[in-house]
Amino acid sequence: MSSLNPEALLSELSDALAAVKDGDALEVTKARYLGKSGIVTEALKGLVSLPVEERKEAGGKINKIKAQMEAAINDRRDALKQEQLAARLAEEALDVTLPGRGVSRGGLHPVTRSLQRIEKLFASMGFSVAEGPEIETDYFNFTALNTPDDHPARSMHDTFYLKDDQGNVQPDVLLRTHTSPIQARYMQNHVKAHGGKEGMPEIRIIAPGRVYRVDSDATHSPMFHQVEGLWVGEHVTFAGLKGVMIDFLHQFFETDALEVRFRPSFFPFTEPSAEIDVAFGEGPLKGRWLEVAGCGMVHPNVLAEAGIDPERYVGFAFGMGPDRLTMLRYGINDLRLFFEGDIRFLNQFAA
Amino acid sequence: MKFSESWLRQFVNPDLSSEALAELLTMAGLEVEARGPVAPPFNNVVVGHVLSVTKHPDADRLNVCEVDAGEGAPRQIVCGASNVSVGLKVPCALPGAVLPGDFKIKEAKVRGVPSAGMLCAAVELGMAKESDGLMILDADAKPGTPLRDLLGLDDICIELKLTPNRPDCLGLLGLAREVSALTNTPVKAPEIKAVAASHEQTLPVSIEAADLCGRFTGRIIKGVNAKAQTPAWMVQALERCGLRSISALVDISNYVMLELNRPNHVFDLDSVQQGLTVRWARPAEQLTLLGGNDVTLDQRYGVIADANGTISLAGIMGGERTACTDQTKDVFVEAAYWLPSAIQGRSRWLTLSTDAGHRFERGVDFADTVTGVERITQLIRDICGGEAGPVVDQVTALPERKPVTARFSRIRQVLGIAPSDTDIKAIFERLGFQPKVVDAGVVIVPPSWRHDLEIEEDLIEEVARVIGYDHIPAKPPVGPMVMQAQTETQRPLGALRDTLVERGYQEVINLAFTPESWEKDFAANATPVELANPIASHLSVMRSTLIGGLINTLIHNQRRRQPRLQIFETGRVFERASTPKAGEVDGYCQTLRLGGLVWGAVIPEQWGTKTRAADFFDVKADVEALNASGSLGFKAAVHPAFHPGRSARVLRDGQLAGWLGELHPRWVQHYALESAPILFELDIDILTPTRLPIYTPVSSFPLVLRDLAVVVDAAIPVQQLIDSLWQDAPEVLRAVDLFDQYQGKGVPEGAKSLAFRFTLQDTQATLEDQKVDAVMSQLLERLTAVGATLRS
Repeated sequence: MSSLNPEALLSELSDALAAVKDGDALEVTKARYLGKSGIVTEALKGLVSLPVEERKEAGGKINKIKAQMEAAINDRRDALKQEQLAARLAEEALDVTLPGRGVSRGGLHPVTRSLQRIEKLFASMGFSVAEGPEIETDYFNFTALNTPDDHPARSMHDTFYLKDDQGNVQPDVLLRTHTSPIQARYMQNHVKAHGGKEGMPEIRIIAPGRVYRVDSDATHSPMFHQVEGLWVGEHVTFAGLKGVMIDFLHQFFETDALEVRFRPSFFPFTEPSAEIDVAFGEGPLKGRWLEVAGCGMVHPNVLAEAGIDPERYVGFAFGMGPDRLTMLRYGINDLRLFFEGDIRFLNQFAA
Repeated sequence: MKFSESWLRQFVNPDLSSEALAELLTMAGLEVEARGPVAPPFNNVVVGHVLSVTKHPDADRLNVCEVDAGEGAPRQIVCGASNVSVGLKVPCALPGAVLPGDFKIKEAKVRGVPSAGMLCAAVELGMAKESDGLMILDADAKPGTPLRDLLGLDDICIELKLTPNRPDCLGLLGLAREVSALTNTPVKAPEIKAVAASHEQTLPVSIEAADLCGRFTGRIIKGVNAKAQTPAWMVQALERCGLRSISALVDISNYVMLELNRPNHVFDLDSVQQGLTVRWARPAEQLTLLGGNDVTLDQRYGVIADANGTISLAGIMGGERTACTDQTKDVFVEAAYWLPSAIQGRSRWLTLSTDAGHRFERGVDFADTVTGVERITQLIRDICGGEAGPVVDQVTALPERKPVTARFSRIRQVLGIAPSDTDIKAIFERLGFQPKVVDAGVVIVPPSWRHDLEIEEDLIEEVARVIGYDHIPAKPPVGPMVMQAQTETQRPLGALRDTLVERGYQEVINLAFTPESWEKDFAANATPVELANPIASHLSVMRSTLIGGLINTLIHNQRRRQPRLQIFETGRVFERASTPKAGEVDGYCQTLRLGGLVWGAVIPEQWGTKTRAADFFDVKADVEALNASGSLGFKAAVHPAFHPGRSARVLRDGQLAGWLGELHPRWVQHYALESAPILFELDIDILTPTRLPIYTPVSSFPLVLRDLAVVVDAAIPVQQLIDSLWQDAPEVLRAVDLFDQYQGKGVPEGAKSLAFRFTLQDTQATLEDQKVDAVMSQLLERLTAVGATLRS
């Protein structure tokens, strides 16, 4: 037993383990000391030759060395595993700056974006969305809106007319020049459902849509968009109209640094009527008055034509150009861009 | 309506700056569209009197002039204008003057001769676009007078964009009334004295149509000098309103039209044959208008005629035959009230646009015809001389003036503000409405110059205008709070849009007008809805399909070298229809469609992914993604736009929802496309209804998956096999998925191998192998019944 020098043995093992680089070498080293014919195992075997009274002490010593060696080997094994894992992780590292793969998102048309915002803003005030046909009758486009034949106001609209299947011009069918006919249609249906007298539920609608006029340049397209709004009730006032429109414009442009003015104007279907101008407090258009909408109190003839009692119910209506609002919102300077379908233009609004 | 501020201020002169006046007009509903000085800025230009003119010693075209610029000693100025001559009064720019274009005048030598200033042409002062020689000033002008003062060049021209309801503001007097009401400043109207008749001659006038002419006032003035010069002040006033001086008689007529908003006409009396008749035109009646334009009239047009036929288009334009000329001696001055209904539309039908027509169709003052004739008489006599006869004023049918009541409470209710009764009454007084207080409101009789006051609301607007819309506070609206309906069985259009956007589509909006050829090519539509007045021949019909616009967008982007395109559009398409639809217009069908186009790689080119062109099935998956519930079927069918073997009808719960297909190679070539796009077009109304989900219990027993491969004639659609499997399907069958299709080695020619995976599950028990085998052989029987054989 005296041949076993514990310090020398442990130090020798420690050096051997340090030189070990992988699991296999570790097992070989382990076998050399602790294997069937390893140094420590042999020493244990040699205990038999010792006198009984020495065996216990010598055995205890050897077992202590054995435990110390096993611990050193296990530590080395764990360290090796850690090194291997670290090497694998390093090898598997990605260039995380490479672009993501797959389908990329498309986008909505900028005018659709605006229309959706307009619808949401008005929905938050209880307005629902109404629709109407784009090929419209002269009656709904003009007559029902207090604009009889040859009224000078008709010359404010350059109207597209259609031919019948025989090729003759149909004087009473046209492409709607504004979304206001939806007002007239909605009111008539509302009256059919509820009656136009006492107890009629309020009407609160907005009506977005495409409209058509014979006009084409950088600020006019023969097809463009409008949003009509209508509120008919017992407590509707001009002051309330101002409240709604100013609130809307501040919310739409997300700024209170926006002056809004109402100036008297004329539409056959509203009385009093107003034009709404805005002036931005900052940006390239700062301080310039820009026309954005027309509005007014619904003309009693229009209410009466739809069957609503104009004495009991008062209404306000407004019409605005979402194309123009979109241009102002995003700084677009040419209306024609909306309808050319250039993907390089449209992509800019995909977010 | 264009006018000069100084002219307006002669009528009413509120204590307001020019800017404030413009703002006032705009905010009262008379929108100032343009506003600017009558002449650009310049200084140190005075009246110069040419005292002598001598030839420049060294230059043929130059003269050396002595000019009195009001400074005592004359100045020597070299001048190149050909019209310079002794005695003329001309603009003289003194050294130190700065002319438009930053042109500085200095003392200098011109070809060796000292020159202390410059004599000016109108163009050099920015007062004309072109001019011929020096600007000649009034002979009375005092040398040294600043030119800006002499000609009132600091005056401002204002252009109003008037709304059709305010024709009363198409003249200075009307504008003055408005400004007076808005500022509470009195109107100083020009004094118009009746000119006593100095002879008894009159022209007989017979009014045959009271529905055309409500009043006709006229007078003969004999012995006028038609060659008289229009005075400079009148020429200037007309010019600043945008009218050119023509001759004294015409200028006077125009002047009174602008001043009093009183359109009128001056006939050459010698050309008028006997008396006048006011009547509707006869069928195909001819008239040569002033300026020589021939028109053919009919019963819709009003005319003034003499014994030889028509001489004037009523309320719109005079005729050539009775126009005043230099030779005119005697004239007949006419001022009439033409009914707006008799004038409206006529100018447009004849593509004419005249100041008179513009006013009469909107409505002019019917009470001022005599005043107008007197004013014209006064000016003719002052400028052209002449002897006036008696005024003959015939009234046939003036507009009925119905009193209008406005209740104080209603005014406050509608506006949402609370002006006092007294304030409201005062506003009507300022407007010249002479209100009478009755009960709890006022009654007014609309003045003869206003045609837009018929109902209470019209008066409410007047109150709001005079108070100023800006002084009406914005208030939170008041109304009952009612929750809005939100149907769950209808998908909003926005949800369809979002689905496509998430799948990579960009939305586009195309015009609803298309060339006729697109309708033929993409819809085989020979009778598209045609416009009567298209803006261009390639935009002459309404689209019945979105396909044309989508293809056009592809062409546009292909030209701009885009490598791929994935777009969609929503919009209405238009067709003739025989069965009227509720809420639509008879004879037309206006369907809301959703169309899409995919062209090029299935996904944008990117690293680590193999590129592949998008095909029918990629786009089919997009169409399927648009369907939220219910079954979507695809049936091979032929469509004019599509490849006949790569085109399908899309059916939703058996109803035709639209089409999916690859563009026909014929159109790929015809439209010079690089390769064929895949398109779809669906009816939104068929796509949006959706089912309310109904819960069914989830089975807790295990799923069993079994695969089956069969060989079948290649011509048999997969759907046919799947349909046969589902027909009276075993209760435990949960899903059938096709996971492979194969043609080639190992499969007979003309056949295909299809591999299905079946998902089986029982809700009551774990499926035993025996039961599974029984179900599978039942399913295989179904497949063999439609011609499939088990693949060995």
